[in-house]
Amino acid sequence: MARFVVRRLIQMVLVLFAVSILTFLIFNVIPNGDPAERMAGKVPTETQIEAIRREWGFDDNIFVQYFTTMKKVFTGDLQSYFTQLPVGEEILNRLPRTLSLAIGAAILWMFVAICFGLYSAVRAGKFADRFLTIIALIGISMPVFWIGALMNHYLGFKWGLFPNGGYVEFTEDPLDWFYHLILPWTALAILFIGFYSRVLRSNVLDTINEDYVRTARAKGLSERRIMIRHVLRNSLIPIVTLWGLDFGAVLGGGAILTEAVFDLQGVGQYTADAIGQLDVPPVLAVTLFAAFFIVVLNTIVDIVYAYLDPRIRLQ
Amino acid sequence: MATEPATPDQALQGPAAFEEEARREGVHGVGPWRLGLRRLGRNKVALFFGFVFVLLAVVSLAAPLWADRVAHTGPDDNHLTDTVVVDGEEKNVVALDGIPIGPTWQGEFFLGADKNGRDVMVRLLYGGRNSLLIGVAAALMTTLLSIVLGLLAGFFRGRTDTAIRGFLDVVWSFPVLLLGVALGVALAAGGGLQLGPITIGGNSLLIPIFIIGLVYIPYMARPVRGQVLALREKEFVEAARAQGAGPLRLMFGEILPNLASTILVFFTLLIANAILLEAALSFLGAGVRPPNPSWGTMIDEGVDRISTAPHLTIVPGLVLVVTVLSLNVFGDGVRDALDPRAKVRLEH
Repeated sequence: MARFVVRRLIQMVLVLFAVSILTFLIFNVIPNGDPAERMAGKVPTETQIEAIRREWGFDDNIFVQYFTTMKKVFTGDLQSYFTQLPVGEEILNRLPRTLSLAIGAAILWMFVAICFGLYSAVRAGKFADRFLTIIALIGISMPVFWIGALMNHYLGFKWGLFPNGGYVEFTEDPLDWFYHLILPWTALAILFIGFYSRVLRSNVLDTINEDYVRTARAKGLSERRIMIRHVLRNSLIPIVTLWGLDFGAVLGGGAILTEAVFDLQGVGQYTADAIGQLDVPPVLAVTLFAAFFIVVLNTIVDIVYAYLDPRIRLQ
Repeated sequence: MATEPATPDQALQGPAAFEEEARREGVHGVGPWRLGLRRLGRNKVALFFGFVFVLLAVVSLAAPLWADRVAHTGPDDNHLTDTVVVDGEEKNVVALDGIPIGPTWQGEFFLGADKNGRDVMVRLLYGGRNSLLIGVAAALMTTLLSIVLGLLAGFFRGRTDTAIRGFLDVVWSFPVLLLGVALGVALAAGGGLQLGPITIGGNSLLIPIFIIGLVYIPYMARPVRGQVLALREKEFVEAARAQGAGPLRLMFGEILPNLASTILVFFTLLIANAILLEAALSFLGAGVRPPNPSWGTMIDEGVDRISTAPHLTIVPGLVLVVTVLSLNVFGDGVRDALDPRAKVRLEH
């Protein structure tokens, strides 16, 4: 087991290393443009460009540039090319917004998906099941920014039921925080509700036929108790795994679209703005941060699985 | 699934269920493909949505016909100062306060105009061509590369497997959207891509196709590899090897045909996801470049004006949802017919 964990951790570090190189290359090799020229403003003189180039080290060897950038990532000295603000601080300032969005949406989609999936499975083949299945399919077919924009316009702006975008700090006014986040949570959760309820439905239908469920029924347990204690519990295992992975993905960039539509000014929107300006340091930092979440959660899932199922360790 | 015919004996499982089903359907002596087709034929919902998709594709392909014969305007033609006669009344295409006309339900400006006075219906049709082309081409690219990578990794194992899995892990560790947007912006800003003698312009549709085709590879290549690992130990592969078949024939002649149903199911769902990702990339300014229309760029332009002209957001979005939904329902039906126990998942 210890060997498996060590191997998996080494793999994790290697993958993160490759991700950092790739992100760096995407922005430093592909665009023919010179960052110094873009930073120097509209009508730069040659000496200005030269000065910026020297100051930021753009004339260094590409390896040197990569290593100085990575060093700054770890020491927290990374600065944006354009606003010159420290990237780490900017991300930390916006993280509460993205976290609020991700945590609320994750709870919402899990709860609704369990209700939908379980009910669908219990009524398999009946009208309610077909109806919920169609709703789920529509959910996974809708672009989040489209439904989000419509919700924001009609429910927020036109009918005034909800605030029209924006964000209020939790520490300032928890109720207002909640009120401002209802629409973004819903918009972000729709896709996942559609997906999770379908997975849960098929898991429940598989579990219902297990021997231990028949035993439970033979013991004379109530149908409700069988469903919740025996069937749901076991059907939830794969869903919880997915939940962890998806939560990591949403934290690391999956919420860009939702944040942009509802103007939440979170980490995702910060990245989108930085990408638009070809501002490498923030993009590099956020991508590494996102990849870190995804890779770490994956590693945890793998290690837990290996702990539960010894066959995996030997692969 | 709604697309799955409800069976009364869902309680049965394992060999007993298969026997029972086989007896009822009278399948003895019928091949798996014919059986799958027969099952799909019974699934009217899936067939209907498959038909809807084909219809949408055909209508989009006929875009020039509508533009020339009915609307008398092209997808990029501005009509800022023009007027149009609606119900015998002359109206500005774009009002003086900048609000474009809504749907007229007649040949010209059938679905209204956008901020530049361009015909929304014409742009929708041309945009559909771009969105569908990107969806199908990207899905094709993902499918082909995933098959090759999955076959190589699963068949040769060892170092090949380690290298390919490393590549898949790295691509997989990027959030799909972040990688797509980063590549899209970098490529467009760099004025395109230089691949040896081939130059791809920054406005080319090949860029979104390449990006979307790349980011979904791990989602398909991993399950393909898993199946190859299992298939390569089967007796029929051993039999072919004993006859002297080389690795190429084993991979493509013996193992690949057994992956056909998985590939087909993935391909349908990949198109749906590629169309969605194209829209998301275009919405963030990293997909199709304006003024070239696509459903994503149309929604993007529409959202900026949602308070004065909501039809600019609603119309392209609805068409997009219907297209993706039809592919998802049809893909579900194909899976139920060919490979009901497959668990296919594409999104993070």
